[in-house]
Amino acid sequence: MADATTPTGTPVIELRNVSKTFGEVRSLSGIDFAVYPGEIVGLLGDNGAGKSTLVKTVMGFHSPDAGGEIWFQGARIDDWSVARARDLGIETVYQERALCEKQPIWRNMFMGREPRTRWGLLDVKKMRSESARLMSEHMGFTSAAVHPDNVVSTMSGGEKQGVAITRALYFDAQLVILDEPTMGLSLTETAKTLDFVRNIKERGKSAIFIDHNIFHVYPVVDRLYVLDRGRVAGVYDKSQITMEELIDRLYRVARTGSLT
Amino acid sequence: MTDQSAAAAKPAKPANNRIAPPSLLRRYGSQMGIIGVGLAMWLAFVVAAPNVFTNINIYLAFAQTTPQFGIIAVALTFVVITGEIDLSFPSIMALGTAAFCLLVQAGAPWPLGLAAAFATGALCGWINGTLVSWLNIPSLVITIGTSFLFRGLELVLMNGTGVPLTAVDYPEMHAIFRSTPFGIPIQSIWMVVILIGAWFLLNRTRFGAHVFLVGDNPTSARLMGINAVSVKTRAFMLVGVMAVFSGLMTSIYGYYFWPTTGEGFLLNTIASVFLGGTSVFGGTGSVVGTFVASYIIGAINAGIVSAGINAFYTQLCFGLVIVVSVVLQTIIDRKIRRQSITGR
Repeated sequence: MADATTPTGTPVIELRNVSKTFGEVRSLSGIDFAVYPGEIVGLLGDNGAGKSTLVKTVMGFHSPDAGGEIWFQGARIDDWSVARARDLGIETVYQERALCEKQPIWRNMFMGREPRTRWGLLDVKKMRSESARLMSEHMGFTSAAVHPDNVVSTMSGGEKQGVAITRALYFDAQLVILDEPTMGLSLTETAKTLDFVRNIKERGKSAIFIDHNIFHVYPVVDRLYVLDRGRVAGVYDKSQITMEELIDRLYRVARTGSLT
Repeated sequence: MTDQSAAAAKPAKPANNRIAPPSLLRRYGSQMGIIGVGLAMWLAFVVAAPNVFTNINIYLAFAQTTPQFGIIAVALTFVVITGEIDLSFPSIMALGTAAFCLLVQAGAPWPLGLAAAFATGALCGWINGTLVSWLNIPSLVITIGTSFLFRGLELVLMNGTGVPLTAVDYPEMHAIFRSTPFGIPIQSIWMVVILIGAWFLLNRTRFGAHVFLVGDNPTSARLMGINAVSVKTRAFMLVGVMAVFSGLMTSIYGYYFWPTTGEGFLLNTIASVFLGGTSVFGGTGSVVGTFVASYIIGAINAGIVSAGINAFYTQLCFGLVIVVSVVLQTIIDRKIRRQSITGR
């Protein structure tokens, strides 16, 4: 197994020996995974390699099997949950977008962390105005036509993805996870999404980037994890491997289940 | 209507820009529809029997009886928006009131009895909510089961006998549930107070926001860190507490606690929620709609008899109003969303 030159410092998030079993299906086995401050980590692997399960474990949606450990900024955390992960500054743009389509944009934008007034009541006014601002500033909707009261189901795929990405961006996360963010997007929307990923790094934050398209992943990442059938098949520093070599190895993994 | 005229005044947007501010009609279409149905029905009653429906007494009568199920309907709206249903509230009405009667008969002061009654309702709701949300049992099935369970427990505890609740023995309870301050039946004052509280709970608290999100897409809600189990459980507890409130109100109104209290409430209450425009699919709904719909259903009861129409027509009229309104709501809703009438 080719080892990456491990970046120094304390990882933002670290998984140690994490396995996840659903009934009789073992989706992850013995995963060691870390993301360091200011780096973008790519996650590659075939369908069913365990990418989405890994992401949902990092996010606290799935809890790891006994023996697996989750560390956040050098501290082991036992009661990991989605609410906890988001409180600590981890946001995800899910493959399935995780929107509530019958609800207006403003309810989706602040889902799970709705702002409140000092009376403890929902600050609906702020939710509406902030949504309108974010939509015109970050999503490129022309401001006159944008209305935060629009129901999400009336929007196009790219616009929905825009809501999901803007939602992750708004809360100024330490770590942003993007699970196939370019799926179903047009060329310009894809370019905008990749710009957004680079922007995360410039602000000194970290990201995990998952995509089927290696031509999207390779240019923006610093390190790459290759998953195969629930295991980490390889970890690469980008300086160690060219895109051609990487593609070659991915083919070999898919055929033989081994990188060498 | 300002929203619509403002939108019309703006220049047409380019074709690729399909995002436009939703009109008032779109946002409040179903609520406006139900208010329209209510007004139309009232006018029909006024025309049919002008001397009855211009007299205040008819309004006083149904202002006393409608809240008996309307209060539960307002609470049930929360459960329906989360995508669930509760069929056990008639039994909770009786079980909670039984707790009150037994404690007071045993010598406890009435406030303690009241607290125990509400605690019973909350506990019943917690049991329903936990079975539904934590064990993921379909609510339609499990609340039929708990309905028998709660009713059975109440019948065993009461040994099948009732309890007289006279104004002499329970002056405070009669003041709370059966008086008419300033000539207004207190039942309807309670209903308005509960509506205002429920409106704030649904539209201005995190709990309310999560009720909509969990009902719309439970997986998305969980992915964003919302505790769907807790949200649903609290919605069921709200129904439990309100069912007991109504059970006490209904029993005091009749000066007597019948062990069969709550029977006959099931369909009126559920019809109020759906007539009010709350979707059976979850994710959308309104407590104001439920409130208006409750009074429409209450008015049919009081109105048919007062208008001198044979009481056998009550159910026929119920059926017509409910079926026609729900069909109209669906058609209006699809028109607004520019779908075909049949939704295919």
